[in-house]
Amino acid sequence: MIVPFGHVLILATLLFLLGACCVVARRELLMILIGVEIMLNGAALAFVAAALRWQLADGQIFALFIIAVAAAEVAVGLALIVAARQRTGAMHGDDFNRLRG
Amino acid sequence: MNMNILAIIFYLLGALLLTTTALAVTRQQPVHAVLFLIVSLVTVALLFLLLGAPLLAAFQVILYAGAIMVLFLFVIMTMPDRDPGLDRFLRRRWLTPLFLCLLIGISMLLLIDLDPVATLDLAAARVEPRTFGALLFNRYWYAVELVSLLLFVGLAGAHYLGRQKS
Repeated sequence: MIVPFGHVLILATLLFLLGACCVVARRELLMILIGVEIMLNGAALAFVAAALRWQLADGQIFALFIIAVAAAEVAVGLALIVAARQRTGAMHGDDFNRLRG
Repeated sequence: MNMNILAIIFYLLGALLLTTTALAVTRQQPVHAVLFLIVSLVTVALLFLLLGAPLLAAFQVILYAGAIMVLFLFVIMTMPDRDPGLDRFLRRRWLTPLFLCLLIGISMLLLIDLDPVATLDLAAARVEPRTFGALLFNRYWYAVELVSLLLFVGLAGAHYLGRQKS
């Protein structure tokens, strides 16, 4: 016996909400990406806990897919940040207010 | 409540996870945020290990705390010096997100509390890497192909965005 299933879910919820706060409150593009990473981690934690609760390995496989999707997302996101900085010199979400290249 | 050693480890790791993540979220310098985030991700890996996913814990350390965070650090290191006053900790800016997150959090905690499944104790178990791999490549081979396609699209997109204007 480890802990009740609900406690792991509460931990995953708090982690997800911390990431959501980071995404909404921070203006720097890098910090927004970091917030998304934290949210994805919370989701993966909930999946692994559910896999243990129902004694099925499928939840762990979905957590692996979450990690893979996060890797692809970070690659494209960081490339977007670098490209945007090269073209406009800005690094904050508020600075991108014109639809022009 | 029967507090055994695994439960104590879980609560210690949970406290460490929330602390380091909160520190990472509130840092002004992205470098400090990434360094705290590495500790947070390794803690998640330890939680995976505790919850019976040794292979996922290894992937978490190798991919997340290793590869992805090095990518973050690399991009931060190539950034020019920034205006330090631009991303100050503004209380006004944090009020609305904190309020909304509080609302979502309270409703989610209530839902978890109402769920009869949530009160059951988790039995310690472990998925061996052999079982994990067999399930992954037998039942979920189609999803593996889709993920490989997604990673290729990410590679192509990053290459397209990073090209030099000539």
